[in-house]
Amino acid sequence: MSAASGSEHFLEHAPLDLRDWLVQFLTHWLHLTGLLQWMLHNLISIVMILAVFGLFFAFTTIAERKLLGRLQNRLGPNRTGLPKFSRLFGGWHFKHKLFGLSQPFADAIKALTKEDIVPAEADKLLHFLAPVIVVAFSLMTFAVLPFGRHFIPVEMDAALLYFFAAGSATELAIFMAGWSSRNKYSLLSAMRALAQLISYELPLILSVVPVVLVTSTLSTQNIVLAQGSWTFGVLPHWFVFTPWGCAGFLIFLVSALAESNRSPFDLPEAESELVAGHLTEYSGFKYALFFMAEYFGLTALSALGVTIFLGGWQAPCEFLQIIPSYLWFMGKLILMIVFFIWVRGTLLRLRIDQLTRLSWKFLVPLALINLVNGGFWALTTEWSGPLQIARWAISIVVIVVPFLLMGRKLSTGFAPRTYRYAP
Amino acid sequence: MLGSGILKGLAVTAKNFVGSYHDPKRMVTVEYPEQKTNIPENYRSFPFLVSENAEDPMGSLRCVACQICEKECPPQCIIIEKSKDKKPDAAGKMQLYPAVFNIDTSVCMSCQICVEVCPFDSIKMDQVFEVAATERFNELLLTRERLAKPNSYYHQIHPTEAAEVDGRLTAERQAAAEKAKAAAAAKAAAAAAKPVVASTQPAPAPVAAAQKSPPPAA
Repeated sequence: MSAASGSEHFLEHAPLDLRDWLVQFLTHWLHLTGLLQWMLHNLISIVMILAVFGLFFAFTTIAERKLLGRLQNRLGPNRTGLPKFSRLFGGWHFKHKLFGLSQPFADAIKALTKEDIVPAEADKLLHFLAPVIVVAFSLMTFAVLPFGRHFIPVEMDAALLYFFAAGSATELAIFMAGWSSRNKYSLLSAMRALAQLISYELPLILSVVPVVLVTSTLSTQNIVLAQGSWTFGVLPHWFVFTPWGCAGFLIFLVSALAESNRSPFDLPEAESELVAGHLTEYSGFKYALFFMAEYFGLTALSALGVTIFLGGWQAPCEFLQIIPSYLWFMGKLILMIVFFIWVRGTLLRLRIDQLTRLSWKFLVPLALINLVNGGFWALTTEWSGPLQIARWAISIVVIVVPFLLMGRKLSTGFAPRTYRYAP
Repeated sequence: MLGSGILKGLAVTAKNFVGSYHDPKRMVTVEYPEQKTNIPENYRSFPFLVSENAEDPMGSLRCVACQICEKECPPQCIIIEKSKDKKPDAAGKMQLYPAVFNIDTSVCMSCQICVEVCPFDSIKMDQVFEVAATERFNELLLTRERLAKPNSYYHQIHPTEAAEVDGRLTAERQAAAEKAKAAAAAKAAAAAAKPVVASTQPAPAPVAAAQKSPPPAA
């Protein structure tokens, strides 16, 4: 076991050691002083996040298109191979299409070379700033996510608060985009987007609060550490496996879908119905930036969901800890993203009234009840033996009964639909 | 229960996802440049000119430059210039031929009216749809050299229609040959009625088809 833990230890630390070595090397070579050294140290972290999640974004787009295709019995993009530099290499070129995996790079080149059109009447400065701000804020949320046991860009006590503050700031950028375009449709859809985002901000945050109650910390790293034990070495103590955690996770999933403007809540930019919502007047790379921010937001929210409910970088079984923690984190993150794509390929888009009704009449009350449930769980940590069973039973009843009652009330008069004249 | 419909839907798409890897029948996609579907017989793209002889397409065009198609063409994409001289057609009759026959495929709307009005069955609809060009004018303007395709090609792309057209054309040519034969016979009879020692043999029929036909009843 010592050899295994030794190798695990080495891999856990290896990227950090590499960074420290690079900083030291450059410090010696360039004679950097304290402040510059600190800046270099953080710059390397930032570049790493940008590189890793930039690539992650690129491959999410291709994975999404391929998966959606498969969900609809299509093939998805599989044409883009490597460019044919036949003239450079004497007529030789790489013939394999690489399963279309270089598609995102082709898309990026296309977006970069497209003409950037700014409406004549637009507020030029805000029109330019909106995509920049939306990307900046969605990237800022990555700063407090613990990607591995030792991998957290900024260790902050109020990390959750920071995450939601930075995440909600993108709403400002969306309204900026709608308003600065000087197009009434952009403005209207920006307002709709805002209505949606504000409606779902509430259940999103409320679903996270029970975790804060139970762990009594706002630090993401401590929340992950609180989930780091196993019953019999195989059953992980992730919060998703508790009644209140499971309910919170489901509320979180639905709200995260709505917060990241994804199907079935993609009303602000409903491709098949509207032109492009608040993105109507954007083209070329600015549009690509909004697109990028949307995926960054989705990735960040998925990563937060993984951190809070799915045990973060913790391995599902004790003996699986040989695999480095950051790989577990990325694996869980990929599973979350795949689930979101699966949902996108399955569900139909909601109407705006259905959307807000779902939030205010169902998710918010349920999240509030779940908050009570989490408080109960936090107060009964000492219960053991038969009381432990009672604790689980009470917690399950407290959340399942309101779910069933409210669910019945929400769907009365809506389903199942009967057709009078059609067979 | 709320959410059970969502789970059912997720199961359906999951089945699609798994099925798409092992059940080729589910897939609707045809990977076009490598795989091709069979084009239905009645598919049409742009017109082409039918020639009788694949070796000499310019000498055996059915078109006699009557210019009906040029006049009927709604977008006026056909340009025809009549020849100054005449050439024998498939039935041996002397006919004009198109010195210039151009179709501007950038204008053509594939309506098939030229085919409907042609009394000589000389223009038919092609099935070529890979018509990309690198230049707008000369490459999209099809000259008679590029338009001429042999009758065997017509049989290949529209078998039913081509068989019907060929049957009709053979019957017409046969009737024409018989008429010519009858006329020749009448002429010969008239000549024989005169008291001159002359051969009663009828004039040789112009084409092989006519030779095979039975002797005229008259």
